[in-house]
Amino acid sequence: MFWNEKMETLRGKELQELQLKRLKETVARTQNIGFYQKMFAEAGIRPEDIKTLDDLSKIPFTKKADLRGGYPFGFLAVPMSRINRIHTTSGTTGKPTVVAYTKNDLNSWSELIARNLTMVGLREGDMFQNASNYSLFTGGLGFHYGAERIGCAVVPAGVGNTKRQIEMIQDFGVNAIHCTPSYAMHLTEVAEDMHANLDSLRIGVFGAEAWSENMRRDLENRLNIKAYDSYGMSELFGPGVAFECPEQDGLHIWHDCYIVEIIDPKTGEVLPAGEKGEMVVTPLVKEAMPLLRYRTGDITMLMEDDCPCGRGQKIARLFGRSDDMLTVRGINVFPSQIEHVLKNIPEVGDQFMVYIDRVNHLDEMTIDVEINKHLFSGELSDLARLQNKIGKALHETLTLRANVQLVEPGSLPRFEGKAKRVVDRRTI
Amino acid sequence: MTRNKYFIKQLSIFSENKSGRLAAVAKVFEESKVNIHAFSIAEANSFGVVRAIVDKPELAFDAFSKQNYALQYTDVLGIKMNDVPGGLYHVANLLGSIGINIEYAYAFRTGTFGTLIVKVSSPEDAVEKILAAGLELVPATDYNF
Amino acid sequence: MAYYNEKIETLPRAELEKLQYQEMKVLVERLYANSVFYHDKMKAAGVLPSDIKSIADIAKLPTMKKTDLRNNYPDKLVCCPKEDLVRYHVSSGTTGKPTVVAYTKNDVELWAEAVARSLVSCGLGRGDVLQVAYGYGLFTGGLGLHYGGEKMGTTVIPASTGNSERQIELILDLETTAVACTPSYFIHLIDVAKKMDVDIAKDTKLRTAILGAEPWSESMRQYIHEQSGVVAHNIFGTSEISGPMFTDCGELNGMHICGDIAYTEILDPETGEVLPPGEKGELTMTILKKEAIPMIRYRIGDITSILEGDCPCGRTSPRIDRLQGRVDDMLVIRGINVFPSAVEHALLRVPELTSHFMLEITRTGPLDDMLVKVELKPDAMTDSINGLIGLQSRVERTLRDALNVSAKVELCPPNSLPRFEGKAKRVMDHRVF
Repeated sequence: MFWNEKMETLRGKELQELQLKRLKETVARTQNIGFYQKMFAEAGIRPEDIKTLDDLSKIPFTKKADLRGGYPFGFLAVPMSRINRIHTTSGTTGKPTVVAYTKNDLNSWSELIARNLTMVGLREGDMFQNASNYSLFTGGLGFHYGAERIGCAVVPAGVGNTKRQIEMIQDFGVNAIHCTPSYAMHLTEVAEDMHANLDSLRIGVFGAEAWSENMRRDLENRLNIKAYDSYGMSELFGPGVAFECPEQDGLHIWHDCYIVEIIDPKTGEVLPAGEKGEMVVTPLVKEAMPLLRYRTGDITMLMEDDCPCGRGQKIARLFGRSDDMLTVRGINVFPSQIEHVLKNIPEVGDQFMVYIDRVNHLDEMTIDVEINKHLFSGELSDLARLQNKIGKALHETLTLRANVQLVEPGSLPRFEGKAKRVVDRRTI
Repeated sequence: MTRNKYFIKQLSIFSENKSGRLAAVAKVFEESKVNIHAFSIAEANSFGVVRAIVDKPELAFDAFSKQNYALQYTDVLGIKMNDVPGGLYHVANLLGSIGINIEYAYAFRTGTFGTLIVKVSSPEDAVEKILAAGLELVPATDYNF
Repeated sequence: MAYYNEKIETLPRAELEKLQYQEMKVLVERLYANSVFYHDKMKAAGVLPSDIKSIADIAKLPTMKKTDLRNNYPDKLVCCPKEDLVRYHVSSGTTGKPTVVAYTKNDVELWAEAVARSLVSCGLGRGDVLQVAYGYGLFTGGLGLHYGGEKMGTTVIPASTGNSERQIELILDLETTAVACTPSYFIHLIDVAKKMDVDIAKDTKLRTAILGAEPWSESMRQYIHEQSGVVAHNIFGTSEISGPMFTDCGELNGMHICGDIAYTEILDPETGEVLPPGEKGELTMTILKKEAIPMIRYRIGDITSILEGDCPCGRTSPRIDRLQGRVDDMLVIRGINVFPSAVEHALLRVPELTSHFMLEITRTGPLDDMLVKVELKPDAMTDSINGLIGLQSRVERTLRDALNVSAKVELCPPNSLPRFEGKAKRVMDHRVF
């Protein structure tokens, strides 16, 4: 079953012509953006030089750090009066990355999620529980609009309150749930403890963090569902960029809307299908914030085999990151953000360490922080206040709660050369 | 030899962190003619736990229960300390070296020596280890009658 | 733009009433035919659809209450094929089970239409940037304002609640011109901005606030204007009628209840008799085109009056005054409705506690604090401070899960809380609005 059969199965010359047409439009739109005007001038290329799809390789890459330079509206290609929505996503330092959408962008984004959900068997009349964070994070509203587009009844459950989530699945007869895979594991355990009957549930849509085939089998067996991997990132709209079909062997990325390249992250050289590297994406239908050759930081590969479902070339499930970005409870965290926050608190000493654990299937981030001995008051209550202040500052920047432990000055490891301040103790 | 002859019965009484509450607790001891040997208050958030070692714990327990207090017995150990500089260090150092983790402690002086009251997670093992390490424990009968 | 939908918003009153009557008649006929619940209710009241011959005859129809929703949990009031549902929202109920509301595509559209009209009546237009700082998700505040804002073409920032410094940064950096949130949270934002050395009037483009979901006053409106230069509009709505929908217009003198969408009555809460404009009573609404869960003469429980006279803005729909209290014991804590009975119900799930409790509501700064004093059972005592703190946070979690709003919990000794003969007075609300 297809949502948009023509576009989902478009291939060969027809696909290339559409991609080229849309690439040219995208390049033209980027010329409203100072960053891209400058990039083209420095690279000695003009928009008219992009005559074939191969000419894409003439264009330099765009990195996440470039977006920081444009904060907040430097990457908008349309006037504010045409912007209908703004989301933000974690930046590499204190300021978030802004992503903006025109009405058409919101439409295109919903359309892609409608394709994905239809592909895995959701239909009008199905009930869809969206146990994802709404608000600035794109996961919640993205799936909300997509599920609404195909006529599902959406329960905007948000995150947390697991017992109520389970009661709603039971009471409303929910057919599909969207959340992070680790939250799904947690929900499964709580449901088992409650002896809850979740028979109505058929489909799980899980994304925003890495998960394994073992976890998939476990979730499928215990919830009696089919579990599908979802891929996306806010810079490319949000979730919905690529998605597994019922074959559960790789993710279909929508080639009419995204040009995918896999590169060697060190040299920038483009790699052939079947070779692992960093995924670079050029979105083709974004109006408000077009991007060219955006380095996602995600390691994957283009798969060589055709898919029996008839849709286009797939990418493999993610193998990891080319940078030090972490995903904690589905939220992306850069160690540089943590450092930025701590540096702005004078009572904090020089050193910190970050530990990530998985407790009852949920991620816990613990940050050991040395106190600044010159600013120690001797009062227990001041220490508690400092602990709170650090926790709050981290929460405001990362939108994530961390356990903050104050430790004695001089007790944390010192690094020569590259600091390894993050210890990820999770097994996925 | 029974190890539990060293288990001192401590009373742990729930109390709110408000003025007048300590007097209310003390009044119950006074009215039931129970003598207090040692006493401490641990506070958290809006409440506290009053811990007391008394001569007649059962009598006190009944008196508090009758007045609807929430309370409980807790077994603690009393370790003798020399009442000289370094007395606590000697004891604490030995406890550390034999791997005994103290949940909480408080101390007081009786006659010529000091007593360190400690709450440990498994008192049975602790008694054995403490005695083996050459420290002296105060028998419960010295306090609870 | 002056109006979002000029023709309907300025329809002469007589025509509007004719339209209301027609819509009401269709609605009653549909419900009599399709809703077992409402059919039975009408039969019990001895009314037939054919008895509704004029707008005044609406008073013959039986009213609905929140308990009707609870007793028909989760979907027995749903009056359309299940395939037509596109949304569920859930709000706190009077006991363990929440109140569920369901929407068809048209219901969501109609709701967004009402919000879009209201936002335009507050002076917003396409170039405005609306920061929605109401909770998203099951609570109707966030998605309600979001859909309305998107429909009328503003830039919507789905900021949701909390993270106040980040909210101020968004207002500064994204050049926000309007914020929607609870009035107490807005006053908190003013304080946070001051602490950050941000002068809202000078340093930001913020000019409009859309405030609702809890009671507030004219003096708060003045305070907000003095402190920030922001014009604060009142917004009204509850999840049973869809969500937040109706606001003050630029006159700041009563909230326009779009007449083609809702029919408003004020009832004497004791007798159920319809009261004339200008008299205070229980706000009762009929949402004329609601499909999934139609609401006829729904008694909302808020006390207000219909304002007399025409509004200079040109909108012909009736206006209601600020809400002036409740007919029941419902509390509003940080914009969330809380029934004391729901607190009682939640505490029953904690075996270490007796059934006695007290609820104290205070406002520290502009934000509500709810303190729940609970009583320890004598045998629940433990020597471990961590054990007691653990119990305290378990009770806090239980309450948060049940009420969707956080409460501070104080453990009290057995038998220390007041006992009541007759009606228990467990709530002490120290707030001044």
